[in-house]
Amino acid sequence: MNASTDRIEKQVLLKAPRERVWRALSEADSFGTWFGVRFDGPFVEGERLTGKITPTQVDDEIAAMQAPYEGTPFEWIVERIEPMRSIAFRWHPFGIDKTVDYSHEPMTLIVFELRDAPEGILLTVTESGFDKLPPERRAKAFPANEGGWVHQMKLIEKYLARH
Amino acid sequence: MRKPRTPDFRKTAPMFAALGDATRLRLIAALCAGGALSIAQLTAGTAITRQAVTKHLEVLADAGLVHDTRQGRERLWELQPSRIDEARRSLDTIAAQWDQALRRLKAFVET
Repeated sequence: MNASTDRIEKQVLLKAPRERVWRALSEADSFGTWFGVRFDGPFVEGERLTGKITPTQVDDEIAAMQAPYEGTPFEWIVERIEPMRSIAFRWHPFGIDKTVDYSHEPMTLIVFELRDAPEGILLTVTESGFDKLPPERRAKAFPANEGGWVHQMKLIEKYLARH
Repeated sequence: MRKPRTPDFRKTAPMFAALGDATRLRLIAALCAGGALSIAQLTAGTAITRQAVTKHLEVLADAGLVHDTRQGRERLWELQPSRIDEARRSLDTIAAQWDQALRRLKAFVET
């Protein structure tokens, strides 16, 4: 396993109280509102849910991108809940092709962690387990890449810009 | 109907497979820096054989990432930048998904 290709990390400063951030992450309805998904049940540790993609109401452009995938069901496992501090899920990353059966593939682990920051909450999201994905899916699924391919591509881009 | 501006992943996946190798990435980096290069130039200072490099270049060529040109008796290899742009665009699209999700979360909790 290679740390740079297996894992993605993103951080965002949320100017909101911890309780509010926690609700947005731990309540299935709230989570679905910003993520663009409707879940068929609440988030309970160890439970497996089905989510369905629902285009966001907030942004026309993103909604247009999501529209072709509307209603696509996907699997979502609530891996761990540490109230007010951390919540973890498993899924098949961006497994939104209706013609593909993802169920036999390994799932990636998504962890949200809340930390106090001077102006609110610093939220860290990590997604890991990409090294275990089949190569074809990997190219598709490596999102938000700080590591791995984006890093390589940035390198190439830099070279290209110089040339 | 609005067409989503998502790249064709079926088309780009073989490209990423071709890039999934340290030697081939090194070749790409060398070609990025050096323009059209000969096999001799690409193997200079490495332990890798000309035959092996040729094989790797052919894999990259099949994926549409590089192409060769004849210059006299020499075969020179260079990048096919448009395919790399396409690969980068597809990655950018994927990368944007988490960024977008977090932006939506930010808007959601801050209002």
